[in-house]
Order: sequence, then structure tokens, then C-alpha cells
Amino acid sequence: MSIEVSHISKSFGGFQALNDINLKVESGELVALLGPSGCGKTTLLRIIAGLEAADEGSVVVEGKDATNQAARERGVGFVFQHYALFRHLSVLENVAFGLRVRPRSLRPSNAEIKTKALELLRLVQLEGLEKRSPSELSGGQRQRVALARALAVEPNVLLLDEPFGALDAQVRIELRRWLRRLHDDLHMTSVFVTHDQEEALELADRVVVMNKGQIEQIGTPQEVYERPASPFVYHFLGSVNLFHGRVHNGRATIGSLDIAAPDDLINTESKAVGFVRPHELEISRSPNGKATLQARVSHIHAVGATIRVELVDASTREFISAELTRSRYQELALVVGDQVYVTPSNIRVFAADLDFSI
Amino acid sequence: MSTVRPITASTTEPAWVRRLLIAAVLLLVMVMLILPLCAVFQQAFENGAAAYWAAIRDDDSVAAIKLTLLIAAIAVPLNLVFGVAAAWAITKFDFPLKNLLSTLIDLPFAVSPVISGLIFVLLFGRRGYFGPWLENHNIAIVFALPGMVLATVFVTFPFVARELIPVMQSLGRDEEQAAIVLGATGWQTFWRISLPNIRWGLLYAVILCNARAMGEFGAVSVVSGHVAGLNNTIPLQVELFYDDYNFSGAFALASVLAMLGVVTLILKKLIEWRTGIRADA
Repeated sequence: MSIEVSHISKSFGGFQALNDINLKVESGELVALLGPSGCGKTTLLRIIAGLEAADEGSVVVEGKDATNQAARERGVGFVFQHYALFRHLSVLENVAFGLRVRPRSLRPSNAEIKTKALELLRLVQLEGLEKRSPSELSGGQRQRVALARALAVEPNVLLLDEPFGALDAQVRIELRRWLRRLHDDLHMTSVFVTHDQEEALELADRVVVMNKGQIEQIGTPQEVYERPASPFVYHFLGSVNLFHGRVHNGRATIGSLDIAAPDDLINTESKAVGFVRPHELEISRSPNGKATLQARVSHIHAVGATIRVELVDASTREFISAELTRSRYQELALVVGDQVYVTPSNIRVFAADLDFSI
Repeated sequence: MSTVRPITASTTEPAWVRRLLIAAVLLLVMVMLILPLCAVFQQAFENGAAAYWAAIRDDDSVAAIKLTLLIAAIAVPLNLVFGVAAAWAITKFDFPLKNLLSTLIDLPFAVSPVISGLIFVLLFGRRGYFGPWLENHNIAIVFALPGMVLATVFVTFPFVARELIPVMQSLGRDEEQAAIVLGATGWQTFWRISLPNIRWGLLYAVILCNARAMGEFGAVSVVSGHVAGLNNTIPLQVELFYDDYNFSGAFALASVLAMLGVVTLILKKLIEWRTGIRADA
């Protein structure tokens, strides 16, 4: 089931939560809405579910306009951030709820409902816990009951609000893989909200990066990570070094670097900011003729496969962080205090008047 | 470090302070609550059990007990519905003047019951706003059952809403929204999710509301006609007996009310115990 959101705007009192959002989720896709808290991602999810009404715009599910359809008629599965399990009902009855409230003509028999619920509990690996009350379950188990409950009504669209937010790191990673498998097995269209970039990049087919009620970028995890469309996305996805400079005559001058300005800034005269990922910085002992910065090694973090090196720019006194492989590190034999030359292998320049605060 | 002192010593008051406070409270409870309660029963049975039964089976007493139960039977369900609706509106929706409504719910607690009774006389009495119209249509409100029910409803209005608002606030809306997304209608959501979640709070509120409805004196006194056997509730009849120097009658009837109160408290305690168990689970 595809979902198409067009020109959605929503404000709460004076706060503009969403501003002209356009998004198409293809059938069978697993899409992450990623952004900092308050960016509107949960509001967008709730509007798709029908739990919140948009001020403007439309929601179309599988070609049918659902904008004015009540939540209960949309047939979506929704997993709440804090699970929202029915505390007075057993695990089995929680899962069975969606079937029990069906109109009599569509309702399966009691035996069928029970079989179906037990089947779902087996699917989410909670066999034998059907008589427990939700309060007797761990966080990860509750999460899976919430999922089984949402799946009981056989939704074509599954919406998850921060599905792993309240879980331990270990459980989170396990459930993440498990959810991906489930999504693929059941051929659903899924949208989940998260503020955890790692989660979004690992789990989703496509990532929608949101900020201040707007979509900053939509793309595959690789696209948004490797080719961020805006300074915000650069900042939000992974760590990044920032270099201040100017754009002039089609060239960008950033510290002692002089490189060709990006196409969209060729005719601009402005301050500029260059973004470089730590792993895109090469460190060498000598200036090698390429555009380089001079820097001093201030700290080395040599645990793990990647070595993180903190440097201080010789001219601006600003911190630079670089990552290199262990073999390159051993080859260079770096020690704190060394004077080195840093060459960005990839730099992305944006005009500095853009607001890139998070 | 020769002696091991109990760790509690640093976190609690000295023993003599604790003992003094506990003794003071126990004394107060004895003098103000237990003794009067015992006195009621002692006075009621002063002339023997036979006199006690006779006093209770007195026509006026029986009429008063019946009227009290009738008023409670009407007022409590009304307040149950009003209270749930008010708590629902305040906790689940945002609307203008919500704070004002929340404050107004407490009004009956804030004003004297006598005034609560008087406002109904002012509205529906012979010289009240609706008095002439009611008289023309032969509808009796004041000095009749409807007025007494109205006064009781007014006085006991806050019990249910006040009890439910914090319960509903702490529950939030998530479970109901989950039910709706799963396809439940508003009605199904209410009966299957909302109501079961507030059932203990609601029962507790109803018990308190009922205790007050049966015991209310001031407001009901103003709108009652004080005709024995016709529109006297138990509290009013107790006063009437007392004024007539019929002490055994007064105390016998008072003991019935006191008994209802004690039963109420036991029920309340049972519910607290029950919900306590659930909360621990």
C-alpha cells in the first residue's frame, strides 16, 4: 500500500509543527522519519494514522483519499512509543482486541480469534506468555505484544512511533533486525519515527530527514549519509568537521584551501562553510602539493579498528577530528604534538547564510 | 566506633517526639471519633433492644429511611454520569474556559450547604424565578422530592469528578487511541478500555458520594418541608426526634446512619486494598 502525503501543514497554537510536507512512501517500503525532537516527525506519523488532523493538505492511501477518514477506518497498525498496552487485559486479550471489536458480521468466532492471537504471539516469540498481564512483561516483550496487537487486524500499513526508544541497547539491536525481517516477510508498508540516526540508517530503505517541521532530505541511507543535501543533514547524520571561509569568483577559499565552488554558488559572493567527514581527511607528514591544512595532533584515541585523531588547525586554532585505519596510523607513527598536513578527500561547501543549527 | 547505632536515628525524629505525636493523634481520634460513635450506639440501646427496634420501626423512621435511600438512589447515579462526563471533558479535550469549569466543579465544596439549599428555594420557590410558572403547572420542586434530590446532587457533585480527574490524567489518552486505531468505535473504547481503567476510582468515588448523599443535612433541610413521614430524610428525622425529646428514637435512627457510614468506610478500605494489590502487581 503506498502512502502519499501532500502539502500537509499543522500548527499547535502558535507553533508550526509541520510546514507543507510532501512525501510518497511506495508499497512495501520501510521508511524512517528521522529528526531531532520537536521536528514534527511524530506529528506527521499521527496524521498518517488519523490520530491527528492536518490543518491543510491531504493523505492518500493506495490511491484513495484518506484525509477525512477516521483513524478506525484507515486500517493501519500503529505501535505507540510507550506501547499503550491495555493494562487491564491479558497479553492474549491485548492481541485479540482488534478482532473482538469488529462488527458482528466481520468478527471471527471466539475460537478463531484465540487461535489467531496465539499464532501472532508465536510470531513475536512470546509463546506461553499469553496469560500474563502487560505489567508482568519486560520492555522488549511489551514492545512485541504491541506489535502483535497491531498486526492482528492485518494492516497493510504499519506505523511505529520511536519503536525502540525505551529499550536497552542490546535489546534494541536485536528487535531492529527482527522488525526488518518481519517487515519483509509480511510485505507491509512501514513508516517508523526515530531520533537515532544509526537506527534509521541501518533499518530503513529510505530515510526522511526532518527539521523544524520541514523535510530536509529524502533518500536511501547511503544517499543521505554520503551526499547530505543541507548543512543540517550533515550535522545530524554522523560527526562532521566545519571549516569557515568565503566563496569568490567561482572559487571557495577555506583556510589555506582553495577549491572550485559548487555549481549553485558559482555566481555568489558570500561567506561559506565547508563540511568534511572525519574519515574523509587524509593525514600526511609532508605537504603533497594538494590543497592542505597544517595542524598539530592534540589527542589520539587508539581503541578499535578505526583510530580517531584530534587535531588543532595551525591557522584558525579550531579543532579538527579525523579517522584513519590502524595500518595508516601505524605507518605514520603519530604521536601527540606532531605537526602534520591534512587533506580533505571530499569537501562539501554551503553558503554560510544558511541556517544550519540543530 | 564501639557502638553500632541504628541507621534510622539520623533520618527520623527522636523517640519522644514520635511518641508524643502518635499519642496526640490517638487521643484526638478517641475523643473526637470513637467516643461519639460509641455514644450514639450506647444511647440508642439505652432503653433496651426492644425500644431500639420499636424506634426504628416507627412509621416516621421507616419513611425517613426509605426517602433517604430513594434520594441516594437518584442522586448518586446522576452524579456518576455527570462526574464521568465532567472528568472526561476536562482530561480528554481542550476547550475554552476549561480551567473555569474545573474550578466550578469545586463550588459545592466551597459554599455552605445551607446556601446550596437556598439557591434552589430562590430558583424554584414560590417567589423564585420559576416559582409562578411551576405553580401554574402544578409542579412541586421545593419542599418536595425533586428539590431534595436537586440539593443532594448539587452538594455531592464534586465527589466523582474530583476523584476521576487525577486518575484519568495519569492514564493519558494512549490506550484509547490504540483502541481506536485497532478499529474500536467510541462506545466500544469507552466500555472496553476507558471504564475498566477507571473502575476502582469510580467505585471509590461512588461510595464517598453515596455516604454524603445519605448524610447531607443543611442543603436538604432548607428545601425539605420537614413533614415527618413525608419529606424528612434520616438526618432531618433525627433532628426532629431530638427536638421532641425522643432521645431513643433520635439515637436509634442516628445509629442506622452511623452504621451506613461504617459500612461505607469498610467498602472504601476494601477497594483501597484491592487497588493496592493491583498496583503492586
